[in-house]
Amino acid sequence: MSQHTLHFKPAEGFRARSKAVVDNPFLRQSFRGAMDFLMSKRAAQFPDAGELASLRTLGESIRQYNLAKLPTLLEQLEANLTRNGIQVHWAETPEEANAIILGICQRIGAELMVKGKSMVSEEIELNHAAEAAGVAALESDMGEYIVQLADEKPSHIIMPAIHKTKEEIARLFADKVEGVDYTDNVDALIQIGRNVLRQKFLEADIGLSGVNFAVAETGTLCLVENEGNGRMCTTAPPVHIAITGIEKIVEKLEHVPPLLSLLTRSATGQNISTYFNMISSPRKPGEKDGPAEVHLVLLDNGRSQAYADEQLRKTLQCIRCGACMNHCPVYTRIGGHAYGTTYPGPIGKIISPHMLGLEATSSMATASSLCGACGEVCPVKIPIPELLMRLREEAFTAPHANPSMLGQGAGYSWLMTSVWKGWATVYRSPSLYAVATWLGSRLAWLMPAKQGAWTTVRVPLKPAPKRLRDMLRDRG
Amino acid sequence: MSARDRILNKLKAAPRQDKAVPDVAAWYATHRTPEDNAGKVQRFRQCIELAHAEVHAVTPADWLSTLREVLRSKGLDKILVSEETTHGCALLDEFPRQGVDCQVYDMAIEAWKTEMFNATPASLTAARAAIAETGTLILWPDAAEPRLMSLVPPVHIVLLDANRIYNTFYEAMHSEGWKDGLPTNALLVSGPSKTADIQQTLAYGAHGPKELVVLLLTEDAQ
Ligand code: SF4
Repeated sequence: MSQHTLHFKPAEGFRARSKAVVDNPFLRQSFRGAMDFLMSKRAAQFPDAGELASLRTLGESIRQYNLAKLPTLLEQLEANLTRNGIQVHWAETPEEANAIILGICQRIGAELMVKGKSMVSEEIELNHAAEAAGVAALESDMGEYIVQLADEKPSHIIMPAIHKTKEEIARLFADKVEGVDYTDNVDALIQIGRNVLRQKFLEADIGLSGVNFAVAETGTLCLVENEGNGRMCTTAPPVHIAITGIEKIVEKLEHVPPLLSLLTRSATGQNISTYFNMISSPRKPGEKDGPAEVHLVLLDNGRSQAYADEQLRKTLQCIRCGACMNHCPVYTRIGGHAYGTTYPGPIGKIISPHMLGLEATSSMATASSLCGACGEVCPVKIPIPELLMRLREEAFTAPHANPSMLGQGAGYSWLMTSVWKGWATVYRSPSLYAVATWLGSRLAWLMPAKQGAWTTVRVPLKPAPKRLRDMLRDRG
Repeated sequence: MSARDRILNKLKAAPRQDKAVPDVAAWYATHRTPEDNAGKVQRFRQCIELAHAEVHAVTPADWLSTLREVLRSKGLDKILVSEETTHGCALLDEFPRQGVDCQVYDMAIEAWKTEMFNATPASLTAARAAIAETGTLILWPDAAEPRLMSLVPPVHIVLLDANRIYNTFYEAMHSEGWKDGLPTNALLVSGPSKTADIQQTLAYGAHGPKELVVLLLTEDAQ
């Protein structure tokens, strides 16, 4: 097992990790630059506000329609994939998913697995499990390859190495890739990665990929990508394993074009990605290439919990475009690693509590200004701010019987709740409010100079010596 | 109980929501005006060139000589073709005489994978159709022109019949009835392989072809 095993640690050290980024002007500038770039590219793809609005409504209705039929569609997908010769596996937990994948590796005696970009494989920490089982799992998306070389996790779901400068990558390659001298020429760096990975595509026993859309009516796995590593992983090795969350299903093939258009335009501002793969079966008799075996692993990992509640179910509409991160003022300042979860930013805040429980994630729901930008840009109209409010309520109200979420009430504190109750009582009653402000203006000298987190970066709060109402009365 | 049953049971126990059937056809009918052939060709070309592909207008009479010119300009004297297609055979008839080594994909990849990866500089395949809106080629690999042909060689050349350009992805799948039969791997390709993973700087030739050349076939040169 790698010494650098990174496990999800969202609650632990969230503030410290955020502060470290905020205190680093260089990192802040590079996140700001990257997000400005992605935001302007997206904006350029949607010049017509009317078209954007109607396409978002269509995207939302496609996702909601398919989620409403989810159990039936999963059964239909399984039947059609099986008919096409693709083997379907189900996993409730990350451990089960890893066991299924490593079971296939062991059966065929695989030593090397090349991986296309898959956030679900990050979610189950497959690389660590594979290493422990003696299978080398190599990331082949350039960004993921860089992040893996650096022993880190992706900091963005679309652009995994967005936190790194080309100079850092140049040093990394010079240090870690055999026979490579320092160069910070981007084309040269990409060629270095290409050469290393080409050899691996040629040698690999297994290719692993994610899935962007699984089409129930045809039994088809769709994959969106620009580099061609997804095609390599799903075509060159003798076995292909795809892994996806159970929510990524559409009933009909015709549901795909609008979602694909929303996805690529929202994510990187492209009108379409370079490659869009539709895989419907393993190699057929007479065909000369393609894997002999294709597997699909369907992962739950908390998604069925979100599904069980009509409001929280909207979380599963997500098509993982990353636009909510790019537009989030918090993400832009603290970057993806600060969150300590596989999915950072606004989508991370609403999906991670289902995967990890509220004990581990209660602080995330509060790390939002609720400015609404995430909800406004989401191509499938997930009401993210509304869901954040709901999660705050789930995390901070007193634990009760039959909670709808794992870790409900994890952030509950009797003291804090009492203070807010007191505050609410005072503010609801004009006479109590008058007394409280009268007292406040007289007892201002009692306010401590140190007021917790507030005074680490601000001057202490002190009630004014004279209340507004007194000043107005004095004025006549 | 299996993981499958546990997951499905949980989903089935959830409240049922009835949601309206999305009308994808209506959206495309009201938001995308179909163009005539010339318009589609122009839009396709503009979009795919923006994505860094090289497009040459050719006719049945001159496509071979144009292709020969393309290879010459890139300093290539070897190309992978299929001997089971008309266009592949046309090359096999002409090119070896002109000093171009025409390699054929006539056996399962396992027998020559290393050669495919290390000594195959270019390939020619046909596109099934294309999409104007996004500058996209529709590839439909089969036993004659297998999947890796359009992926592994650093230069991929595609022959496209200009009469087979649809307005949108939706129109292509709908008109051709894809839902009733998809191949092992259907593909949309919109340019050469690329990445912007290093400091958002665009670089071509990440894993797939570094160059994509489209031979746009019309009856008369445009
Ligand atoms: S929540 Fe919406 S904006 Fe965020 S990644 Fe998902 S689909 Fe994109």
